[in-house]
Amino acid sequence: MACGNNCTCNQDNPGNKDNSRRDFLIKGLMGGIGAAFLSGCSSNDKSKPVSNEKVNVLTHDGKLVAVDKSQVANFKPHISEEDVRTGIPGKKFVMVIDLAKCDGCGKCTKACNKMHYLPSNKKWIDVVEMQDSPEVAPYYFPKPCFHCDNPPCTKVCPVDATFKREDGIVAIDNERCIGCRFCMAACPYSVRLFNWTEPVKPNIEETTPAPERVIQSKKGCVEKCDFCPHMAREGKLPACVTHCPMNAIWFGDANEDAVTCYDGTTTKLSQLLEDGAAYRFMEDLGTEPRVYYLPPVNRTYNAKEIKIKNAE
Amino acid sequence: MDKLHQEIKNSIQRELLSTVGRRYRRETFWVLFLAMICVGGTIAWIIQLRKGLGVTAMRDYASWGLYISLLFFFVGVSLIGALVSSVLRFSGAKWRYPLIRIAEAVTLSSIFFAGFMPVLDMGRPERLYFLITHGRIQSPILWDVVAIATYFIGSVIYFYLPLIPDMAIMRDKLTDAPPRRRKIFRFLAMGWEGNHRQKYFLKKAMNIMSVVILPVAVSVHTISAWLIALTLRPGWNTSIMGPYFVFGALMAGCAIMILIIAKLRHGYRLEHYLTPKHFSNLGMLLMALTVFYLYLNLNKYGVPAFKMAKDERGLLNDLFFGHNALLFWFTMIAGLVIPVIMLSIKKLRQSIRWVVFASLLVLLGALINRYLIVTPNMLHPFIPIQHAQPGFTIYNPTVIEWTITASSLAGFVLLIILLFKLFPVITMWEVIEGVEKNGEEQVGIEDLSNLQIIQGHAS
Repeated sequence: MACGNNCTCNQDNPGNKDNSRRDFLIKGLMGGIGAAFLSGCSSNDKSKPVSNEKVNVLTHDGKLVAVDKSQVANFKPHISEEDVRTGIPGKKFVMVIDLAKCDGCGKCTKACNKMHYLPSNKKWIDVVEMQDSPEVAPYYFPKPCFHCDNPPCTKVCPVDATFKREDGIVAIDNERCIGCRFCMAACPYSVRLFNWTEPVKPNIEETTPAPERVIQSKKGCVEKCDFCPHMAREGKLPACVTHCPMNAIWFGDANEDAVTCYDGTTTKLSQLLEDGAAYRFMEDLGTEPRVYYLPPVNRTYNAKEIKIKNAE
Repeated sequence: MDKLHQEIKNSIQRELLSTVGRRYRRETFWVLFLAMICVGGTIAWIIQLRKGLGVTAMRDYASWGLYISLLFFFVGVSLIGALVSSVLRFSGAKWRYPLIRIAEAVTLSSIFFAGFMPVLDMGRPERLYFLITHGRIQSPILWDVVAIATYFIGSVIYFYLPLIPDMAIMRDKLTDAPPRRRKIFRFLAMGWEGNHRQKYFLKKAMNIMSVVILPVAVSVHTISAWLIALTLRPGWNTSIMGPYFVFGALMAGCAIMILIIAKLRHGYRLEHYLTPKHFSNLGMLLMALTVFYLYLNLNKYGVPAFKMAKDERGLLNDLFFGHNALLFWFTMIAGLVIPVIMLSIKKLRQSIRWVVFASLLVLLGALINRYLIVTPNMLHPFIPIQHAQPGFTIYNPTVIEWTITASSLAGFVLLIILLFKLFPVITMWEVIEGVEKNGEEQVGIEDLSNLQIIQGHAS
């Protein structure tokens, strides 16, 4: 029984062992990750009005059958505390940012802020203007969390509030964070943000455990880019990817060797990295980031317009 | 050496005991003054707890500020106990006898506040117990917690061991004390009679403790240094951090010790016991430590300054010529070079006034130095700061922060004073025993046979 999610639907519904009952697995519309559970077994389903709209579903023995839409239950898998700590099984998330395409419009930041209900002064993905030396051309550098494979931040956390998941994501549990800010000191990329005061956030109740919530802001706790695991569970892309009109940000699964960008193009990750001569930021630190950059060659915008205003 | 006459012993004990529980006008003033600062600090802390750490000037870049600097300072000062009661013990310095309890009191007080500072700095102090329920022993913070706790317990034991015979003296002498107090004396004296067996065990215990406390003390401050040295940040990512902290700490501890004995000497009229010899010896020790610290500074700042690697450049420029330059050069010149010159002149070293002045400079330098290690580093990350909100690129501590910082320092001094309200400042039995074995000259106190009980002390 593979419903695509690390959920407990087996235990939830003992009826699915019985072949005579019509249990169907829907292939999720979005890449097959998010799955809905069809349960046409219970008697009260008959009382539902028939909508005459048919949906194609794949049975577990491989048959494609058309059923009425009303028969399909909208099933949201239960995500347990353990699930959010181990991550989405079988995945290894990876991001590729094409610096040649990024024109610094900042729509990724805006989309991210909108998704996570962040005020404009907080930036989980920040587009920094970079210039390696005065003679070379400047470029825009979108900087999300790198979700390092050798993360300096999780190593120092005293209470396991920030941790590395098996799917590659470095997550934060704001129900656990004590606010010592050691992880902020340890992160060489200044990615982590702290809630110095009570954050302004909508009154939305989320039932998922803290590390996979949309709203991560909590007074006295640390927050940062989380690679949108709540979207990944549904087989969707992070907000920054789906709002980058330049197709500069690719996101995907290293196990599948596939990454996708804004216009839906899915490409082979290894090919993209090889052809684009990809590199990782500050490789010499040995943090093994999961975010790759394609160097800013043959830029599609006017680089001379970039004005660098460093604070120092 | 001849045994001291019982009468002299009695008068020494009477004199040293007279400070216990006695009220001094000046001291009362200080206690009230310090307590007021502490009350102010508590109010500031309540405000901070309610509104969040946003009331401080700390922001995402400079995410550690005065509190963590002060943590390093307190952890550092706490090393003085180990220096006096362990290092000086091994080196056979007899003049340490009158200083032991003072050093241990400073240690106890500072390690207590060292444990307290991180709580002040926490975003969610109500989750402090997570360190036990969800603690990750791989995290240097856990090591620090364990080390500070161990050192605190060790310091309590080391404070208590030499206290046992003194408690017995208090039990026997202070017969007119309130009964509840006498009960406490009796309890703490643990049936001490001063027989050979008891003395043997006490000496043995103190021997073991003086060996055990040393690695613990060094580990406490090394781990504090690792809190920053184990990160990848420019300026912090250096292997010199451990020794740099330990010797900076010994230096600061020595300076604070000199200041405190200077205050106690006059305040409690202990001129016979805390003599210029102690000041000049401690001054010499301070000079040696300061010279060594200067050398470590040369390594810490000089070596990267020669190379001027890209990542370090911003920080070094800021320290050498930028807006931290005044503080930096103050710690280097006024906090290290000038005290070394002052203390190396014998005439100045023999004057209590000058030694105290030099210690004050060293202490100020050490305090500022802690801050310079912590915060300017954080403002010079690998990725240049851009699009920062106003106030994020500089760190100017707020009133709340200064109040809490001042009250922690005040509390540190207050705790020392209160300890000496309960216990005699000077270890009576050890001083007497030291004089009997080695003579007044070695212990550094005035000739006891000529001693005249100071007017007003013997009542």
